[in-house]
Amino acid sequence: MANELEVEIVAADHFVWSGAAKMVKARTSDGEIGILPGHSPVLAILAEGGLAIEPVSGSRIEVSVDGGFFSVDNNRVVIVADNAKVTSDAPAGTR
Amino acid sequence: MGAQIRVYRQKIASTTSMQKIFKAMELIAASRIGKARTRVAASLPYSNAITRAVSAVASQSEIDHPLTTEPEQIRRAAAVIMTSDRGLAGSYSAGVLKQGEALNELLREEGKEVKTYLVGRKGQAYYDFRNRSVERVWTGGTDAPEFETAREIGKALLDDFNTAYEDGGVDEIHIVYTRFKSMVIQEPAVIRLLPLEVVEEEAQSSAEFLPLYEYEPEPEKVLDALLPRYIESRIFAAMLQAAASELAARQRAMKAAGDNATDLIKKYTRLRNNARQAEITQELSEIVAGADALSAS
Repeated sequence: MANELEVEIVAADHFVWSGAAKMVKARTSDGEIGILPGHSPVLAILAEGGLAIEPVSGSRIEVSVDGGFFSVDNNRVVIVADNAKVTSDAPAGTR
Repeated sequence: MGAQIRVYRQKIASTTSMQKIFKAMELIAASRIGKARTRVAASLPYSNAITRAVSAVASQSEIDHPLTTEPEQIRRAAAVIMTSDRGLAGSYSAGVLKQGEALNELLREEGKEVKTYLVGRKGQAYYDFRNRSVERVWTGGTDAPEFETAREIGKALLDDFNTAYEDGGVDEIHIVYTRFKSMVIQEPAVIRLLPLEVVEEEAQSSAEFLPLYEYEPEPEKVLDALLPRYIESRIFAAMLQAAASELAARQRAMKAAGDNATDLIKKYTRLRNNARQAEITQELSEIVAGADALSAS
């Protein structure tokens, strides 16, 4: 099993970020959730606030969202945000 | 004779200036199509992700969500018709409006009342001229739609959908827009937005199973949060396609108009030259006749 996550962040009208990551931390309406490789499939609602991505290479990326949802399956994390903004620099994997 | 040449000259001058306008509009439309198409492409990941998630929730958990269940009786339907703000786009708005009329008729035949929502000033003008009642109109920015507008439309539609029939609510919602197939083909299309029939737009291989998700919080809540977004994204996608179609239609119309102007200028130039030559010939024969008369006397 691969031990990295394939992360994709999309906003309504544009693509935000994609790349490989070791961990994704997000806030759902129930509380914080951390996703590591091999996580079971989840579909959750994002709460307003920040989410953090620990990429395989490079420094941690912080993204602030207004709301949205994310899904996890087969080490693929798709974050669908209403309004996503990368708050800290994301040199690696930025598109 | 001199008057005729002047008329032709005026016609040539005015046609030339019109031709310049057509040319400019064609170029503007052409330069904006690229952007509109990029926006259509940019919105795809979002709508794909949402469609996937909604299909997963809707297909796996047998939830009776008001948005997905078909009402027993559909008595009133809403139709959203997406036209353009400005004209000079050939039959673009007319095509959508015609499709809208057809839908209207169909719904009425099925015994449903129709509530009309309009996007674009052309649609508004069409309905105002015929003194027809319109539920709500959104104008401005049809050639470069904002997601905010889509959200507003989505919200208005959902509110109406969630209202009971007795209080003026609707049981089903249709969208009439122009589908952008290619630069040369754009066709008016109707989709039913609500109640939802979750369809994967892009045919995904059946080998790709939708995984069994855990939901956080409960599936109902997830669906509650997902569906409005799904609808917004569908509306936004339709608006983007309509915008790209509008620009393509405008480019084509302006190209045709420019070509016609060139033909007209050519024709008028010929006529002007003819008239000028006729004038010269006449003057010459008058001089010759005059000289003849003088020498004869």
